[in-house]
Amino acid sequence: MITVSALTVSRGERVLFRDLSFHIASGEAVALTGANGAGKTSLLRTLAGFIRPDAGAVAFADSEPAEARVRHIHWMGHLDGLKTGRRAREELAFQAEWCGATADGIAAAVDVLALEPLLDLEVRKLSAGQRRRLAFARLIAAPRPIWLLDEPFAPLDARWRAALGLLMQAHLDKGGGIIAAVHDPLPLPARTLDIGVGR
Amino acid sequence: MRALMVLWRREVALAWAGGGGPLLACGFFLCLTVLVPLAAGGDPAGLKPVAGGIAWLALAVSSILSLERLFERDLEDGALDLITLGPVPLELVVLTKAKAQYLAVGVPLAITAPVAAVTLGLPPALAPLIALSALIGALGFALTGALGAALALSARRGGLLIAVVVLPLFIPPVVFGAGALERAANGLSPLPALALLAAYVLFAAVVTPFAGAAAIRNAQG
Repeated sequence: MITVSALTVSRGERVLFRDLSFHIASGEAVALTGANGAGKTSLLRTLAGFIRPDAGAVAFADSEPAEARVRHIHWMGHLDGLKTGRRAREELAFQAEWCGATADGIAAAVDVLALEPLLDLEVRKLSAGQRRRLAFARLIAAPRPIWLLDEPFAPLDARWRAALGLLMQAHLDKGGGIIAAVHDPLPLPARTLDIGVGR
Repeated sequence: MRALMVLWRREVALAWAGGGGPLLACGFFLCLTVLVPLAAGGDPAGLKPVAGGIAWLALAVSSILSLERLFERDLEDGALDLITLGPVPLELVVLTKAKAQYLAVGVPLAITAPVAAVTLGLPPALAPLIALSALIGALGFALTGALGAALALSARRGGLLIAVVVLPLFIPPVVFGAGALERAANGLSPLPALALLAAYVLFAAVVTPFAGAAAIRNAQG
């Protein structure tokens, strides 16, 4: 699904990683680990196309990187991208429809993530965990094969960590791939990719 | 096309709802035009020759108020990353946001402009021309304003920087817009100045999407 070859990324003067190569197959989850500041988020942002690498390449399936990113990638950074002044329903509709979700897809996501009671509330009134579930809904509503997740479980309680683990497993079973930057182990079988100690 | 509508609806809703919407811009515009005569000593006859220019200056400054909302908030809350991975090229996103800014701030300002300009002493007969020229000019303000907002992104918390970047870009429309009013007040045709104003808007419509998208990509990296 994703082939990363000889990737070198630096931020300012500092080289985060050099000549990094790995491949992620369909149905595979990768837990990206490393100390604070090691470059987990930067690696994910490079895969998503937000950061241009100094050298090396990221290839998606068999298509051109630029257009492939739009069709292949779901990005969930540690920020949820939700507008606090709007209602959860409006933000969910925007995020999901922007990613290409249908009304049925959105309804299914609302059901799976138990979002119905939250939809008429303003986003500012939701807890961090509820916001994360709301942001996660677009991944369920609009299927895309590759999920890039930055600390996806951070604000979630044990129940929803387990539930999201099941959703991620279902995504893998359908042939998807997941790369998640985490500090704790993923609640599903995953290969670990450690990118170092940071500085 | 559908995705563009989804973005358009969101942008218009955000522009009208949150702080920095049409009420703030129009209120600020009217305050400025009330302050100028007070500062000038309350001699209405003295203001008459410069009324058009003052109205255009106030229009330009009022257009800057809500530019920070355009991209910076989306960058801060992570929405810009999501938008970048959408089905619409970033260039069209920039254009859509600029158009929403025009609809939410530019058009209400253009409607308020005749009231303000006549208050300043411009002949009421010129009111339709003020509205027309402000409608054209406000589109230019929205476009170059969007470019300035995108350029200020990499500075983070660049609210004030936006004003410094954008105000010099606003000089041509202020000159052409005030020029149209002055020509009409002197009995000449305002068309040459309006044509230059429209040319500025077209130029901004071509440059802003590409330069703005490049600036956003740079800020994201």
